[in-house]
Amino acid sequence: MTKHRMYLKMLFNSLTRRRSRMIAALLAVAVGAAVFQGMMTICCDVPRQMEREFRSYGANMVLTAADDAALSLEDAARAVALLPEDKLVGATPYRYKPVRAHMQPLTAVGTRFEQVKKTSPWWRVEGEWPSDGNTLLAGANVAEFMGLEPGKGLTISGRNAKGARFSQEMTVAGVLRTGGPEEDFVFMNLPTLEELDGNPGTADLVEVSVACGSEELAKLSDSIRREISTVAPRSVKRVTSSEASVLTRLRTLVYMVTAVVLVLTMICVATTMMTVVLERRKEIGLKKALGAENFAIAGEFLGEGICLGAAGSLPGIALGWLLARAIGLNVFGRVIAFNPFLTLAALLVSTALTAAACVLPIRAAVAVEPSLVLRGE
Amino acid sequence: MDIAAQAANILELRDVSMDYGQVKALQDVSLAVRKGEWLAVMGPSGSGKTTMMNVIGCMDRPTSGEVLLEGQDVARLLPGALTEIRRDRIGLIFQQFHLISYLTALENVMVAQYYHSMIDEAEAMGALERVGLRDRAAHLPRQLSGGEQQRVCIARALINYPRLILADEPTGNLDEANEAIVLSLLRRLHEEGSTIVVVTHSPGVAAQAERTVVLEHGRIAQSFLNR
Ligand SMILES: Nc1ncnc2c1ncn2[C@@H]1O[C@H](COP(=O)(O)OP(=O)(O)O)[C@@H](O)[C@H]1O
Ligand SMILES: [Mg+2]
Repeated sequence: MTKHRMYLKMLFNSLTRRRSRMIAALLAVAVGAAVFQGMMTICCDVPRQMEREFRSYGANMVLTAADDAALSLEDAARAVALLPEDKLVGATPYRYKPVRAHMQPLTAVGTRFEQVKKTSPWWRVEGEWPSDGNTLLAGANVAEFMGLEPGKGLTISGRNAKGARFSQEMTVAGVLRTGGPEEDFVFMNLPTLEELDGNPGTADLVEVSVACGSEELAKLSDSIRREISTVAPRSVKRVTSSEASVLTRLRTLVYMVTAVVLVLTMICVATTMMTVVLERRKEIGLKKALGAENFAIAGEFLGEGICLGAAGSLPGIALGWLLARAIGLNVFGRVIAFNPFLTLAALLVSTALTAAACVLPIRAAVAVEPSLVLRGE
Repeated sequence: MDIAAQAANILELRDVSMDYGQVKALQDVSLAVRKGEWLAVMGPSGSGKTTMMNVIGCMDRPTSGEVLLEGQDVARLLPGALTEIRRDRIGLIFQQFHLISYLTALENVMVAQYYHSMIDEAEAMGALERVGLRDRAAHLPRQLSGGEQQRVCIARALINYPRLILADEPTGNLDEANEAIVLSLLRRLHEEGSTIVVVTHSPGVAAQAERTVVLEHGRIAQSFLNR
């Protein structure tokens, strides 16, 4: 038998024949590794996906006409086509028109509701979204003022772009709550407004939501400005400016919680190993009396620490992975991809931390005097 | 003492004192042990016997005095050097056996080889055979009787061919039958030329040695030849 094998044999036997001692430390390492693996997986994976979702809390780019003329929807569509397809959340045209309803002046807005749902997902509608040319969405303030509710009729009248009078019977499909100025307007499908007002194919502005950071957004704006001279893009800060910092703060919080758990794990491992060293003072003294060098004693306890770290980490990492999956599915509603790099990192980190937690116990072990083997208890 | 006598001494203590704070565990002890001698150390509890064994066995350094091991003063050596001397020259037998609980009898013997130099399983088995425990090689300490454990301890003590065997009350935890076995093993080691220092409370055990010294309050009170 080689010395190498004897070392492993002592290590293995010491661990397996004295199992109960190790269970608390093993559990602590497993929990630490699980939290590390779980939190890091979520931190790495979810924000990447959530950026897109966060971004959808409002347009971060607005397209208007470069001159005083109305914005051509065709030009706007060309501009939107310049944006990377996989990052485009939505693009919504808005066309404003002063009208009257039962002698009451108000602003009618033509838009595309299927895009509104993407760029303004916080809009809440009581009743139905408008579906055809005769239905509209009444802002909550308008509805209250005029006594409107879903199903009620409303006559919209005014003068079109050429000065001719128009009048249209419409039905309220739903009442809109946004908490913003939209509650003062009525919204209809853009083709309906185009029919009433004339000048089809134009809008006042197009709100665009792109899932990217502000630097990339500025670059995209520049390329639109270069390529399409009639369109003036500009970045807008709505929810967008705070979303990055919210994510950063959440991430920092998770890092801090993980760090605290890891510190607790290390304390638990250090305490267990210290107990083990105290319990085995006689054995350490004996080994020293037999001529063991300090580094041999240190190597044995370090070996035990590393085994403990690895043995606790493996199930812990598996657990953390399941935890991350469950949290991903139940809290964020998404499937989290397995990250082998992160898993390896988790294994190394938890094993290294376990070994680091053994430093003080090892110092205590090395300090044991050989003379104590001859002394009574 | 003349040069020839000094060369024949494997161990010599010169005015060795050991203080533990106020407690004077050893006071100016001087003692010479010849190569191949079998010496018994007796004395009441707390008289300094174990302290003397620790000093002789290079496990502790005295407060003052010289400890000559084969002519070399080890009293002032650093812990690292003491470790080396323990490993190469001293074999230890304990009252409490001190076998490692999670290793088999054979592995307990091999541990001494492990820290000493190379592991030789056949040789370790041979040592177990010498103490009559070949068939118990794979047993854990808790599966062995006290006498058997002590024999494993003896096998471990002699595996590296130490020049000095130190036994602190080796039969203190054994019944008469096992005491007889241990004594016959020590006698055989003595006949083979080993130097043995054995601490004991038992006059019967002490009588087996060639010479007895009696410690009292950290001093040598008597010294006499048994034969
Ligand atoms: N590490 C120590 N610290 C303080 N006092 C000690 C220590 N070791 C031994 N002593 C004291 O030294 C004296 C001698 O002890 P010891 O050598 O163990 O005696 P013996 O082995 O003869 O019973 C005793 O009074 C004991 O209390
Ligand atoms: Mg004693």
